Amino acid sequence: MSNPTDLRYSKEHEWLSPVEDGVATIGITKFAADALGDVVYAQLPEVGESVAEGETCGELESTKSVSDLYSPVSGEVTEINEDVVNDPSLVNSEPFEGGWLFKVRLSEEPSDLLSADEYTEFAGN
Amino acid sequence: MSSSDLRHTALDALHRSLGATMTDFAGWDMPLRYGSERDEHNAVRTSAGLFDLSHMGEITVTGPQAAELLNHALVGDIASVGAGRARYTMICREDGGILDDLIVYRLADTEAGLRTYMVVANASNAQVVLDALTERAAGFDAEVRDDRDAYALIAVQGPASPGILASLTDADLDGLKYYAGLPGTVAGVPALIARTGYTGEDGFELFTAPEHAEKLWRALTAAGEAEGLIPCGLSCRDTLRLEAGMPLYGHELSTSLTPFDAGLGRVVKFAKEGDFVGRAALTEAAARAEANPPRKLVGLVAEGRRVPRAGYSVVANGEVIGEVTSGAPSPTLGKPIAMAYVDAAYAGPGTAGVGVDIRGTHEPYEVVALPFYRRQK
Repeated sequence: MSNPTDLRYSKEHEWLSPVEDGVATIGITKFAADALGDVVYAQLPEVGESVAEGETCGELESTKSVSDLYSPVSGEVTEINEDVVNDPSLVNSEPFEGGWLFKVRLSEEPSDLLSADEYTEFAGN
Repeated sequence: MSSSDLRHTALDALHRSLGATMTDFAGWDMPLRYGSERDEHNAVRTSAGLFDLSHMGEITVTGPQAAELLNHALVGDIASVGAGRARYTMICREDGGILDDLIVYRLADTEAGLRTYMVVANASNAQVVLDALTERAAGFDAEVRDDRDAYALIAVQGPASPGILASLTDADLDGLKYYAGLPGTVAGVPALIARTGYTGEDGFELFTAPEHAEKLWRALTAAGEAEGLIPCGLSCRDTLRLEAGMPLYGHELSTSLTPFDAGLGRVVKFAKEGDFVGRAALTEAAARAEANPPRKLVGLVAEGRRVPRAGYSVVANGEVIGEVTSGAPSPTLGKPIAMAYVDAAYAGPGTAGVGVDIRGTHEPYEVVALPFYRRQK
């Protein structure tokens, strides 16, 4: 499985898109989605909410378990993916595309993200 | 436990070649799912699914007093089971606590005319059951044999399974009733064909020698392909049995509960001949359940989308009135469901104001009678 090289990655298995006009898109990696199994419920942060790097901001529920969702960056949530709220299976089928989770206006540059190669090695895939 | 310490079934290499996600289940490295567990669940409900259940624990009991031994060791009336039939039963402690739930198959008598039974225990309890049966066999002219390594177990479950299996065997499947088993040949290999399962669907469990397991699996896969049969892991087995309202040891059943506490007092046969382990305690448990109903096992259906998990509190009016024993998103209902033990006052279907404490939030749930799903016959 390949992790897109234009994204950056957290050790909590989130990805961060390139920052455009101060805003970046966040999702979870295919590795994480596969590990979760079928996602059945996504509790995402609310638009306008402040999130902090490395802190929980929601949950992803799958058949077998519930997992905290961590924000890989600090800032303010500008948009959430309503398609995922309505159809959480998008997280499994298109983790890097239609299964994105939320967008954040960054308040500071994230400190501890990995490149695609580094993440691939970290996740052991 | 690292993967190398786990036990592997005869189909291990095949599961890996199919890309299965494996999991440690009771010390066995078992397929959790091959692809989407929801697709696997739906395949069993609408067509057919193929399971490796070789982790289940087979124990053979044979001898002149095999029936008497099982009537003494188990709570059911095993002596009344006809040849070729099976019985769902339990093994309890002297204090009435459930050690395991079991299926006992009465096989054909030996050539010498001796009764022979196969007791199938949960993987997690197989050693406990083996030890208890061995201990309880003292004084009976019967042999208790550990046959866990003698069998692989492959299940084909779902409405298409009779047709799929019929294409591979001459055995009389039409004459094989639910909870019956007969020896036969499937895809050229000898197998005990049992019409049992843990999915709420029609289906079969095939006990065969481990060296035949791969041939049998491949033949079933090929025969079922056009019908939509797919390999299925333990994840969907759990959601299938949950929808069907079937208990799982360690969740709905435990040593701290008697069969009466679990709403399964019907498996205890006081009328059978002879004494049996737990009789006195179970007699009291039955009277207690009659006079002062214990917490009752009920179904809960979510109004929202958050999933209740085992151990979560069931609440009403701000008080804890029960505990979830199993919970999952139900693929068939499209909503989260759970089984829970709740105080008798709240156990009636439609009881208002019942919720589950999901990580600090009280989510509303509807109390329903079990099962959640019953197949159309």
